[in-house]
Amino acid sequence: MVESEVVFRVKRYRPESGGRPTFQEYTIPYRSDMVVLDGLNYIKDHVDPTLTFRWSCRMGICGSCGADVNGQPRLTCGTYIRDVHKGAVTVEPLSNFPILKDLVVDFDDFLNKLASVTPYIVRKDWGDLTKEYVQYPEDVEAYRQQSLCINCMLCYAACPVFGSSPEFVGPAASALALRYNRDTRDQGADARLARLNTKTGIWECTFVGECSVVCPKDVDPAAAIQTLKFLATMRHMRRLLMPGASSR
Amino acid sequence: MERTSFDIVVVGGGAAGLRAAIAAAESDPDLTIALVSKVYPMRSHTVSAEGGTAAVLRDYDSFELHALDTIKGSDFLADQDAVEFFVARCPEEIIRLEHWGCPWSRDEDGRVSQRAFGGMSVKRTVYAADKVGFHILHTLFQTSMKYDRIHRFDEYFVTSLIVDAGACTGVVALNLRGGSMVAIQGKATILATGGCGRVYEFTTNGFIKTGDGMALAYRAGVPLKDMEMVQFHPTCLPGTGILITEAARGEGGYLINKDGERYMQRYLPGKMELGPRDILSRAMVQEMKEGRAFEGPYGLYLGLDLRHLGAKKINERIPMVRELAEKYMGLDPVHEPIPVRPGQHYIMGGVSTNLKGETTLPGLYAVGETACVSINGANRLGSNSLSECLVFGAACGHAAVEFAKRRSTYPRGAAAREALKREEARVFDDLLGRERGKETVAGIRIEMQQLMERDVGIFREESALSDACGMLGKLRDRFASVGLADKDRVFNTELTAVLELDFMLDITMTIAHSARNRHESRGAHSRTDFPQRDDANYLKHTLAFQTDGPPRIDYVPVTITKWQPVERKY
Repeated sequence: MVESEVVFRVKRYRPESGGRPTFQEYTIPYRSDMVVLDGLNYIKDHVDPTLTFRWSCRMGICGSCGADVNGQPRLTCGTYIRDVHKGAVTVEPLSNFPILKDLVVDFDDFLNKLASVTPYIVRKDWGDLTKEYVQYPEDVEAYRQQSLCINCMLCYAACPVFGSSPEFVGPAASALALRYNRDTRDQGADARLARLNTKTGIWECTFVGECSVVCPKDVDPAAAIQTLKFLATMRHMRRLLMPGASSR
Repeated sequence: MERTSFDIVVVGGGAAGLRAAIAAAESDPDLTIALVSKVYPMRSHTVSAEGGTAAVLRDYDSFELHALDTIKGSDFLADQDAVEFFVARCPEEIIRLEHWGCPWSRDEDGRVSQRAFGGMSVKRTVYAADKVGFHILHTLFQTSMKYDRIHRFDEYFVTSLIVDAGACTGVVALNLRGGSMVAIQGKATILATGGCGRVYEFTTNGFIKTGDGMALAYRAGVPLKDMEMVQFHPTCLPGTGILITEAARGEGGYLINKDGERYMQRYLPGKMELGPRDILSRAMVQEMKEGRAFEGPYGLYLGLDLRHLGAKKINERIPMVRELAEKYMGLDPVHEPIPVRPGQHYIMGGVSTNLKGETTLPGLYAVGETACVSINGANRLGSNSLSECLVFGAACGHAAVEFAKRRSTYPRGAAAREALKREEARVFDDLLGRERGKETVAGIRIEMQQLMERDVGIFREESALSDACGMLGKLRDRFASVGLADKDRVFNTELTAVLELDFMLDITMTIAHSARNRHESRGAHSRTDFPQRDDANYLKHTLAFQTDGPPRIDYVPVTITKWQPVERKY
């Protein structure tokens, strides 16, 4: 089923060889059902075993294989070459992150930010393990969209604010904070809003909206941040008007 | 300097490893836990599990029934004491996950929903749409962030266990980003690295599933149990091997052949599409052999027909099925059947443990798909594996804590330093130093995968198995001359691919030899030359031990408590 060939232009960076990132071109066999990741794997297995990238599930759920493809952050396992290929497929590491080697970037900063928004259920008492907390289908629906974040980091790669102010908490961590704040089982909303209402928090966002455009799971972090701004404002007002009261 | 001595070292950051780490962290605030994973934990393959996780939560169900279904599904190779332990603890684990925020799907009355699954006689499978593994993994990973005492070593590849005076005292790992080797010492070590699906060519498993934990234990002298028991899932997308969840059938989907017939009526009329996976996969191969399958660019396939379910039910209950079919097959299951064929999905076998996760090596534990307790015997029922990770993850975490507390001092450094030196010499001086020649890691891996697919697949027989055993020995010899093009130490994925292939070659030998030695058909192990189950000779677990050559095969009895083996009829 080889139909023709396709040219991959891949950005290479190898810290042990020093120097700046350079592009390398590979011409490989092409089939119309190939995704960009298939091309990278073809190169790794048959052309150049030194090419370095992450991948695992190849079904759009593990979030490992993000890269800039022809200038857009994408999951390479879910991007068909036929949809992006205009002469050549250019693959670069996700923007805005430190490059470790070739297409592999460092996400540790995100994990620290995620930890900073208390990404788990907070409760004063936990009840016993004989029965579940009641939650109606509409209660689950209230936070379902934000809970679908796979931490693929495409939103951070697309965010110009994060690009210029790396301390910005950013889209995915904010969406996940809202996910817990909207969960009827949680009692930690106040602390999360306090965290997000800091100078590295949600007010940095200028509502460019690129994060939601590139999100492969329709989490819509831009909308989540706008909602959080509203909730943080309400919390602030309540604290002014009713000192001592906590918000949910 | 970064801490390198811990009470507990957990290898693997999927459902089983995270559950064990949290159990250990919760049991004592003074304990330190290392969570070592070759990927960021949220990339672990648990993320790909789709359909659900089993627990008895309603009056119409009982532990007795869950146990019987599991044991019957296992074709009576499960250890019944382990199964009884397991079913009794599933409910609290599911509810614990619920308390931690897992977004389980709900009924109108606000309770956790349950759906039908293959081989389960009532609706017992708890779910979060069809992204169950994803939600369990992220819930556990995010919950683990509560505990400062869980120290993560993200993207550290474990190359060897440290064994000192007859006990496991930690691991040696390659820090992928730093490009250096480090010894991470622990009073107790838990292996939770998942399965080994990538030894097959056509598998639902992610690229990272290379049996690392199994090989690490095997090399330390711990036997691998029931490795011939490999599960083939009936509904995988041709070409990619991407899994279409059993929940598609649990929610009412049909399997059809090219004549539009629901062919399961000729194989298993009592259960139809909700039979156990081993039986369904064999029926599919039979349909293919008899010329009733469709033909496509990636070979023969059958149809998974969801059209009668309607868009609303599909979107609500199995949205990822629609997403995957649209994205990877270019079709909408609301209007067209999905092409499917069987593919490797799971291994029932693994590191031999008891129900606390203890292995024969003191201080070494194993849990999840890496382990074989065994509750799955010769065939696992869908939705028992996630529950297994939770129940035995907790049990194993607690057992490891008890063990660690009995050891008053941290392991002595001498053995760790020695192991570190040995691994640096093996990995950096030997492997990384080898010049690239005729043999490549991709070349040998592909040959191994094709061989396993052809000779150690759904149906097996003596001549193919004996060929496979011989060929695998030759591949092992050829592996010795694999060279590397990438000489860097930082994030060298060619080097990790070599280390993984080294592990996989050990695993394939145990699978092929265990299969060759079991002269009967039981569960997923179908010998065309021995089509009957043979309780007189094979109601026992296979153990494979490492030697200088092929594995030494031995057997141990199955534990029977109250369900005497009978013919497995549905």
